[in-house]
Amino acid sequence: MEHYISLFVKAVFIENLALSFFLGMCTFLAVSKKVTTSIGLGVAVIVVLGISVPVNNLVYHAVLAPGSLTWLGYPDADLSFLRFLTFIGVIAALVQILEMVLDKFFPVLYNALGIFLPLITVNCAIFGAVSFMVERNYDFGESVVYGIGAGVGWALAITLLAGIREKLKYSDVPDGLRGLGITFITVGLMGLGFMSFSGISL
Amino acid sequence: MADTKEMKAVLFGPVLANNPIALQVLGICSALAVTSSLKNALIMSIALTLVTAFSSFFISLIRNQIPSSVRIIVQMTIIASLVIVVDQVLQAFSYATAKELSVFVGLIITNCIVMGRAEAYAMKSPPIMSFLDGIGNGLGYSVVLLTVGFIRELFGKGTLFGVDIIPLVQDGGWYQPMGLLILPPSAFFIIGLFIWVLRTYKKDQVEAKA
Repeated sequence: MEHYISLFVKAVFIENLALSFFLGMCTFLAVSKKVTTSIGLGVAVIVVLGISVPVNNLVYHAVLAPGSLTWLGYPDADLSFLRFLTFIGVIAALVQILEMVLDKFFPVLYNALGIFLPLITVNCAIFGAVSFMVERNYDFGESVVYGIGAGVGWALAITLLAGIREKLKYSDVPDGLRGLGITFITVGLMGLGFMSFSGISL
Repeated sequence: MADTKEMKAVLFGPVLANNPIALQVLGICSALAVTSSLKNALIMSIALTLVTAFSSFFISLIRNQIPSSVRIIVQMTIIASLVIVVDQVLQAFSYATAKELSVFVGLIITNCIVMGRAEAYAMKSPPIMSFLDGIGNGLGYSVVLLTVGFIRELFGKGTLFGVDIIPLVQDGGWYQPMGLLILPPSAFFIIGLFIWVLRTYKKDQVEAKA
């Protein structure tokens, strides 16, 4: 249990996907103008990460990892070079299914997430977290915790940034820096802030 | 066949005038994490330029056959296959670099520049022009990546491509390296300032007051 808690804290704060690996930056910068929309997107990311990381973990260990096809009689098969293609397919399919399920059973949530769901397929945060899961050899339990933790961390970061940007509207920024430029610098400062967590050893 | 002038515009337009990172906010995900050394930045730039160019080329070749309802999946498959090739080549010929870039080679798949160009340009243009457009956007990305990589490695470690340029204090030289530049957040500051410089030079890119 302790192991899982420390993994969760690590995924949320110390190895925050957005602020220390810069994953999901495109949407991170584009959708963070308002707090409410950012929260919507953040929740969608948590859900998709929480499902797609464990599912890809299962797929990887059952089909792609070296030696995993022994049960089919191919002990030497190593399909791990197909992992990019497989993961992106699994993510795209999951997002599609999630969209349909939400539309059918939770229309309120579906309307709230709306346009963000399809966007998530191409969000680097999802794909990045899945790749990290493979690279670090997480088992199934760890991948569930890591997926949810990484999602919470990303949602936290985008909500914080949106809060700062809403206040930033009232400041007088130099012409060339207005908009994108100042956002970059804000994110850099937030990254520095989050780095203070890196001293924590769990 | 398009005339040379148009080709030139497609090829060099994205480098400064319509830079994918600075103006279109695309593909920043990987731009930041791999730029702590110039070598990684260069490899990443080459990989991305090739993938963008070839994916635009192939998508453009079959653009009239793709049904629009499944186009995203088709584009993704083409891009992912190209990225697998790049990843395998890197692992075969330069294993240490492949390890250092870790997941970021794979992340080219979800790099918005590649998808963005496929969707916005390659779906409506002939193959050769799409190929050039891909190279042009790859170059625009490379300019930013290499600038950031150059600044971070030179002032953060006193080296370029791993070769000592400025003698460091701990080796008996005079330069005290800036530790901040090795750290991830510095990439944000440098890109932010890069955008500032670019927009001071090109006034029309300045964003309107909200």
